Amino acid sequence: MNDAAAVLSVADAPYDAQAYRRDFPILGETVHGKPLVYLDSAASAQKPRQVIDAVRDVYEHGYANVHRGVHYMSERATDAYEGARTKVREFLNARHDREIIFNRNSTEAINMVAQTHGRRFLAPGDEILISVMEHHSNIVPWQMLCEEKGLVLKAAPVTDDGELRLDDFAAMLTDRTKLVAITHTSNALGTITDAAGIVRLAHDAGAKVLFDGSQAAVHMPVDVQALDCDFYVFTGHKLYGPSGVGVLYGKEALLEAMPPFLGGGEMISHVTLEKSTWAGLPNKFEAGTPMIAQAIGLGVAIDYVSAIGMERIAAHEEDLRRYATQRLASVPGLRIYGTAPRKAAVISFSIEGIHPHDIATIIDHAGVACRAGHHCAQPLMDRLGVTALTRASFGLYSTQSDADCLVDALEMAREFLG
Amino acid sequence: MSEELRELYQEVILDHGKNPRNFRDVKDATCHAHGNNPLCGDQLVVYLKIGEGDVIEDVSFVGNGCAISVASASMMTELVKGKTIAQTEHLFERFHAMCTGDEDHSDDGTLADDDMDRLSVLSGVRAFPVRVKCATLAWHTMNAAIHGQDESTTEV
Ligand SMILES: Cc1ncc(COP(=O)(O)O)c(C=O)c1O
Repeated sequence: MNDAAAVLSVADAPYDAQAYRRDFPILGETVHGKPLVYLDSAASAQKPRQVIDAVRDVYEHGYANVHRGVHYMSERATDAYEGARTKVREFLNARHDREIIFNRNSTEAINMVAQTHGRRFLAPGDEILISVMEHHSNIVPWQMLCEEKGLVLKAAPVTDDGELRLDDFAAMLTDRTKLVAITHTSNALGTITDAAGIVRLAHDAGAKVLFDGSQAAVHMPVDVQALDCDFYVFTGHKLYGPSGVGVLYGKEALLEAMPPFLGGGEMISHVTLEKSTWAGLPNKFEAGTPMIAQAIGLGVAIDYVSAIGMERIAAHEEDLRRYATQRLASVPGLRIYGTAPRKAAVISFSIEGIHPHDIATIIDHAGVACRAGHHCAQPLMDRLGVTALTRASFGLYSTQSDADCLVDALEMAREFLG
Repeated sequence: MSEELRELYQEVILDHGKNPRNFRDVKDATCHAHGNNPLCGDQLVVYLKIGEGDVIEDVSFVGNGCAISVASASMMTELVKGKTIAQTEHLFERFHAMCTGDEDHSDDGTLADDDMDRLSVLSGVRAFPVRVKCATLAWHTMNAAIHGQDESTTEV
């Protein structure tokens, strides 16, 4: 067989979730005496052995502070850290490594844009447009900025299905809209928004666009150049990487124009007691010792998902979503929230007469881990007229059997409480 | 179904959870407070009518929550009606101690034991630390109302 054929056959091979599962040690755990059925990947994904080993390897064989030493270990750690940046750049298909800023998580990345770009370039009366289905971390930083600067925060509506329709979105844009900050995929409903359409309309209106890709980057391929968005954020722990590392992508010219976020070491060019000058990108936004091992671990997580292929992960999860949706429909009294035409494998639901907390507690005893609550999206819960929902979310290691276990556990909860 | 789960969801709790008592407002309430569990977004309002001699003449609640929080609120309203504020505060202290497993405060001899006996059906939450807040939300809220605060969260 020649090389090309070998590559093809890997891509065409059936998706072997069982093989991937073996890479995730925690999936072999039992809880309450039952095998763990992990359906909370949207809150945080589990980590493959490769990532766990890579983090340990950093500390055992290649650790020192980065960008600071001329000694071997510092160079080695710096190379690995900067190598991770390159992997993130490739993963998002950004143009330059310096457009990739490491920080703690999506929340910090959004706050960074609010407090630097937002504070510098938005003026009283300017509008920021979000949607009603944002995670609190894509609402609160803007509220804080609006309060401080006298800006106006607007929220585009969603339909009963949880779809953000482009005509509704367009109707919210005005000549005062300076920034659009919208989820690329809703953590509560799974809705995938029409990112390209949003960028086109926003840019026509003269607004910059930030996407919260916390959920999107883990479920599908993302190409920031094709999208032409101005900022894109995601968080490492949902992408099978360590917690404590997140990413802000920004177009170079915008990042260049923005003032620093935090001041301190690493982000300066020269410091005197009177005045300091800033380092170039990306260091300007990475004050202090960064999350070295975590960033390197994120790079390995990206290697891991890229080796499988984001397209294939997306296809696997889409199959699962369809299967789980259809299985859940058989549970009496169950209602799924979020039925937009384009959805990721995130399924929120209610069961008549049983509160989500009680559902989650009972199915937990069958080993099934689901999230119950408002999913950090209270404005969306208000819009849907509920206070809480139960959410099952699937990852690259999830299987139909996980969905079956969920349905069985829900039947048990209904018998017990219904 | 595990023993722990059966302990948590006893028949009495399921009954109060489905058919809460005093689930209404009190038109001539002398105080009320909003309770909020930020963890899950559950919200309730507790109304009190406090009369002469600091006696709770009427008490009720509205809102929504899980079986545990609704049952606890429902049982609370039944138990504190007719009690003085001082008695009510004692009961809350002992109930709180029971839920968190703090034996030191669980009996100070000032209350009729059947009150604690009735509340003991909620002691199953001890095995579920994240659910303790569900059981105590209504009580914290009542306490806030008595002390003239209009809001309470389980984060205290
Ligand atoms: C859509 C969305 N945005 C933002 C976040 C915040 O991520 P983090 O807590 O890692 O900052 C999350 C996850 O909780 C999310 O699902």
